[in-house]
Amino acid sequence: MSEVDRIRWHCRRGLLELDIVLARFLDRHLDDLDRIEREAFKSLLMHSDNDLWDMISGRAEPPPEGVEAGVLELLRNV
Amino acid sequence: MAIAIRKFDAVIVGAGGAGMRAALQLAEAGFKVAVVSKVFPTRSHTVAAQGGIGAALGNMGEDSWLWHMYDTIKGSDYLGDQDAIEFMCRMAPQVVLELEHFGMPFDRNDNGTVYQRPFGGHSQNFGERPVQRSCCAADRTGHAMLHTLYQRNVRANTHFFVEWMALDLVRDAAGHVLGVTALEMETGEIYLMQARATLFATGGAGRIFAASTNAFINTGDGLGMAARAGIPLEDMEFWQFHPTGVAGAGVLITEGVRGEGGYLLNRNGERFMERYAPTMKDLASRDVVSRAMATEIKEGRGCGPEADHVLLKLDHLGVEVVEKRLPGIREIARKFANVDPVKQPIPVVPTAHYQMGGIPTNYHGEVVAPRSGNPEAVVPGFYAAGECACASVHGANRLGTNSLTDLLVFGKASGERMAQFLRENPEHRDLPSDAADRTLMRLDRLESQRNGESVHQVGADMRRTMQAHCGVFRFPDLLVEGVRKILEIAERAQRTEIKDHSKVFNTARTEALELDNLIEVARATMISAEARKESRGAHDREDFAKRDDENWLKHTLWFKDDDRLEYKPVHLKPLTAATFEPKVRTY
Ligand SMILES: Cc1cc2nc3c(=O)[nH]c(=O)nc-3n(C[C@H](O)[C@H](O)[C@H](O)COP(=O)(O)OP(=O)(O)OC[C@H]3O[C@@H](n4cnc5c(N)ncnc54)[C@H](O)[C@@H]3O)c2cc1C
Repeated sequence: MSEVDRIRWHCRRGLLELDIVLARFLDRHLDDLDRIEREAFKSLLMHSDNDLWDMISGRAEPPPEGVEAGVLELLRNV
Repeated sequence: MAIAIRKFDAVIVGAGGAGMRAALQLAEAGFKVAVVSKVFPTRSHTVAAQGGIGAALGNMGEDSWLWHMYDTIKGSDYLGDQDAIEFMCRMAPQVVLELEHFGMPFDRNDNGTVYQRPFGGHSQNFGERPVQRSCCAADRTGHAMLHTLYQRNVRANTHFFVEWMALDLVRDAAGHVLGVTALEMETGEIYLMQARATLFATGGAGRIFAASTNAFINTGDGLGMAARAGIPLEDMEFWQFHPTGVAGAGVLITEGVRGEGGYLLNRNGERFMERYAPTMKDLASRDVVSRAMATEIKEGRGCGPEADHVLLKLDHLGVEVVEKRLPGIREIARKFANVDPVKQPIPVVPTAHYQMGGIPTNYHGEVVAPRSGNPEAVVPGFYAAGECACASVHGANRLGTNSLTDLLVFGKASGERMAQFLRENPEHRDLPSDAADRTLMRLDRLESQRNGESVHQVGADMRRTMQAHCGVFRFPDLLVEGVRKILEIAERAQRTEIKDHSKVFNTARTEALELDNLIEVARATMISAEARKESRGAHDREDFAKRDDENWLKHTLWFKDDDRLEYKPVHLKPLTAATFEPKVRTY
């Protein structure tokens, strides 16, 4: 449980846009992620706010690959 | 109960631009500095700032700190303290150049100097013509500033306590500030962070409103802690609003949408701005548009089931114009309003953006409060800077780009003043035996509360009440009722209950503790606003439409005790310049 709680707090950001999108993601998807996807989500959260927002809004070049890309796709569509 | 004590020369609460600038000053002077932050430093809200930092560098044409000073005082609607404003505007070029030396990647001119952008309200020669004064790093000024200051602090050995939440100010019987209590989120342990000098740089409290551009962490913790420790809050009735935030989300819709031909509609499908501003219509100034929107909503012509917003229509512009001239708008509307703006209008509402008031300080960043007849006696060992502080350089209304200037100038100034204080006071004062009692009682109450109120519900009621009763345009009947309602909600906030009692990263507990702070800010705002019977800057009343210098050219001080109000004079005398006498403000 404590890992989930930690992830929740790491979704508190400096950009309101991220706060909102990440909160939705937590509600809709967090429970369904498998271990690998959860790790991918955690590493996406390590990005700085502006970089993460650029990825979510599709402006970032180049976009991430592999599992991260899959999780990002979920984030883009929440 | 005994709690662990950590001892430092200085403790700084907040790792945004203001906190990190102050920390740097102290760490580079060799002091042992702790910086406590709820989130990783570069995730502080400063990261959201895009517009830039105002400083009269004169790189794009002639400029002077005196002109910047005039613009700031006029912007403040003459409520700003002219000594602090002179200090800020004179120091601005220096702190910007220092930041450049620290490695800030400013945009540049061909000749290598810092490029400066135009920004509303900044002028040459006392309002004659616009001047380019805003220094920026692409559209990531705040981000670049945080990264630059963080790197530099790491190098200077600043001790960061990341994901630690300060809970209360520690004072002794003589009123000296001796540090803070803090919660380490990862373990749930409480510590006493003892210091000879303590600085609050906790940012704004925009989350008291239902519609806010502020990130979720902006809960006014510094203000709540100060209020509980008997420090008054200054000028809390003054909040800057932006006319078009997405209803229910707060994310900004740029004014460019109306510039390109978008317009506002009420529930009857009427283009109501034609009634309020027949010539300029939807392109009237921010305050005129916000006021019209608020009036439509108050008079029952708002849209949606709660009649609490209006609509911004741009579907007539065509897909091409929207995609080409308004990049990102479609994405934002889809994500945050769930509409495609090329087909449906966007629900919008005036949205709280910046808090002008805060913890009262002088221009050295020293916190000041009334004592034995002196309205501005220094509270020993206590400092504040940035959006949580009221120096007061923004007065009744902040000029764009002046907040980042404020962070750098007063972050540095308070760091310098603290260093001086530390040299003069080499010993830690004794901690009183009840140093952590306020905190422990608060936590104890929260843990043992049964049949209490939901944090979520009380918070939502507070935000809705603030928005409806104390928004961008204020009506006397709503304010009076708002005071009654907010006091009721404050009562309920004392009985909040949490279901999750785990120790590690317990977000429910954090949110309950944040609500304790928000509610103090909400009370201060509502009560100060109801009492101020004039319109000045961002405080705009229907019943007193004009500024009233005879009766109201003064700062409000709200005390938590009995919700008492006092007033203190505005500093009309600058440090060296001649006073800028209050004039009617027109642009
Ligand atoms: C969308 C947007 C755009 C803006 N653009 C501009 C601009 O272009 N130019 C400009 O001048 N201004 C701008 N502003 C305003 C400006 O960004 C802010 O006023 C400023 O960044 C506030 O900085 P700060 O250092 O005071 O606080 P913040 O950056 O908000 O930092 C507060 C810090 O305090 C910490 N904290 C808070 N409570 C606690 C606690 N209890 N315990 C521990 N730590 C705590 C947080 O973790 C954080 O580190 C903008 C604001 C918004 C919302």
